[in-house]
Amino acid sequence: MSHDVDIDHVSMRYPGSQRFAVTDVHVRIKPGEFFSFLGPSGCGKTTLLRLVAGFIEPTQGEIRIDGKDMRGIGPNKRPTAMIFQNLALFPLMTVAENIAFGLEVRGVSAAKRRKRAEALLELVDLPGMAAKKVSDLSGGQRQRVAIARALAVEPAVLLLDEPLSALDLKLRQHMRSELRKIQRRTGVTFIYITHDQGEALNMSDRVGVMSEKGQLEQVAAPDVLYNEPATIFVADFVGENNAFRVSVREQVGDWAVLETPFGMLKGRNPQGLTSGRRATAFVRPEAISVVENSAAADNFVPCTVENLSFEGAFITVVLKAAGDQSFVMRQNNDGSAPRLKAGAKVQIGFRADNTLLLTNGEQSGA
Amino acid sequence: MRSFWQNAVRIFGPIGLTYISITVGAWLLFMILIPQLIMIDFSMRPLLPLRKIGGPEDIWTLRNYMVLFTNELHRAIFLKTIWSSIIVTSVALAICYPISFYLAKVTRGARLGWLMIGLIIPYWINELLRLFAWQLILADAGILNKLLMLLGFIAEPLNFRAGNSAVIVGMAYAYILFMVFPLYNAMESLDRNQLDAARDLGSSWLRIHWRIVVPHAKPGIAVGCIMTFMLAAGSIAAPQLLGSPSSFWFTEVIYTNFETANWNQGAAYATVLALLCLVFIFVMLRVFRVSLKELAQ
Repeated sequence: MSHDVDIDHVSMRYPGSQRFAVTDVHVRIKPGEFFSFLGPSGCGKTTLLRLVAGFIEPTQGEIRIDGKDMRGIGPNKRPTAMIFQNLALFPLMTVAENIAFGLEVRGVSAAKRRKRAEALLELVDLPGMAAKKVSDLSGGQRQRVAIARALAVEPAVLLLDEPLSALDLKLRQHMRSELRKIQRRTGVTFIYITHDQGEALNMSDRVGVMSEKGQLEQVAAPDVLYNEPATIFVADFVGENNAFRVSVREQVGDWAVLETPFGMLKGRNPQGLTSGRRATAFVRPEAISVVENSAAADNFVPCTVENLSFEGAFITVVLKAAGDQSFVMRQNNDGSAPRLKAGAKVQIGFRADNTLLLTNGEQSGA
Repeated sequence: MRSFWQNAVRIFGPIGLTYISITVGAWLLFMILIPQLIMIDFSMRPLLPLRKIGGPEDIWTLRNYMVLFTNELHRAIFLKTIWSSIIVTSVALAICYPISFYLAKVTRGARLGWLMIGLIIPYWINELLRLFAWQLILADAGILNKLLMLLGFIAEPLNFRAGNSAVIVGMAYAYILFMVFPLYNAMESLDRNQLDAARDLGSSWLRIHWRIVVPHAKPGIAVGCIMTFMLAAGSIAAPQLLGSPSSFWFTEVIYTNFETANWNQGAAYATVLALLCLVFIFVMLRVFRVSLKELAQ
């Protein structure tokens, strides 16, 4: 039932356009996987999905589903089904007719279609809705009908184009777990695209992050993506990060000693940058805390508190260090962290293994 | 009804509303209602010499209408006009459906603008001139015959203007815009994703049109067909300029009646033609299951 999708060095340039919408994307999506493409708007992720669906053909490269080259095979002949951003339900048909449309096309008898539509409505938790009009459904119900309609044709791969973006926050969160549940129940390979990192990290087995240039920056499991971003773009885009320019003073194995306007720091050096290289160091807001003295942390920066914003479960503190460098620190509101005031002089500390050194240049040893 | 007037007063103000009521009322009364009533009155009276008008023989009768059933030639022309108008409408629909779909859903941007202008430009020329142009194209020694002979398809010039074909071609051309614009308007509002979704679910293009595009465009198709049919059935220039003597149109019969001073007979036939168009409207609404409200949109 589940199938793999091999996106083999695919590039896409629309006719008449100078720039590539998708540049050399190379990834193999495993059978039964929930895979997300995450990227800012205009990064070519919708183009990539339409390439897999067959609405457009790649300028370069190959898309294989189950090892079979898809070039020249139209969207109506591919083992994929797509859920559109606006769902694109057929408003003049009933719910059951919508769901059974793919079966009607395949010449399935009316009685069988009806049975299958009812079974699918059961699957998406909408029993007894078969005769309703699409316009009588709520946003979440329409969502489920769209999923049922796509699943009706028993696709090898389900393609989802930001289907949750039109829903309100609460429903969106609910539908996340619903989607995940349906994916597990059916075992179909899901390819999901979104600009919402919460969605991508929350639902996916693996996430591919795409940059504005239409390039695939990194493919990894959600936790790896967050903890071990491979590029500056990923470190910036996924989650919040404090970034600061540094130069490498000394390479020590997988580590490096860094020179900064606010003193020497130590950080991880996965790219094996040698001494003298300019690079960007990243540290997450939740990895920073206020420390009493330099012995309490690997890295130690004197700062002035700029402002605080109270957000309930946590407090976000903006600090300023030497060289006009801002730091954002997140304190848990559990009473353990010292209460700060704007203008106060404090020392912040963070561990060396929470300090990640990256550069956009050539990567060695990565 | 009360809130309707209150609403109207709020929108137009008392002076504006008075002005609009008077102008619209006068227009309805003098341009539509009274002429129609005069025509119906004429159609119900017998043709009498001047001195007998107002006399005891000047009574209301349906005799003028009965002529349509007793005069075989007129009846044949009437039925032929209906049939030919249906053919004109079908031909126009067959030509305009793909054009409208292409304009509404395939092309966009500058090319759409150019194609629209291309469609409209011929209509800057007077209808009669356009018909004369068709006369020249379809003449025995016309461009089309010469072209076909040059290409070796035919040895002898074809007589396009025998029978109805020239009239049908000329009308289908003349009324293209009246078919294209309602269709285009209706198709334009169709979400492209629905076409993609249907295709993605495995549908052939034919089925996409049958199940998605046509149901969506139904009101537009109905409007286009109604307009084209009414224009065709009521046309007089095209059959006169392009038709052969054997291809008389019902409008020409009406015209001849007025010309020969039998206004009563002409009025009766004109009323019949108007009724025919009314019937056609309701048939179309039935066929396409469109309500008058949808049509107004």
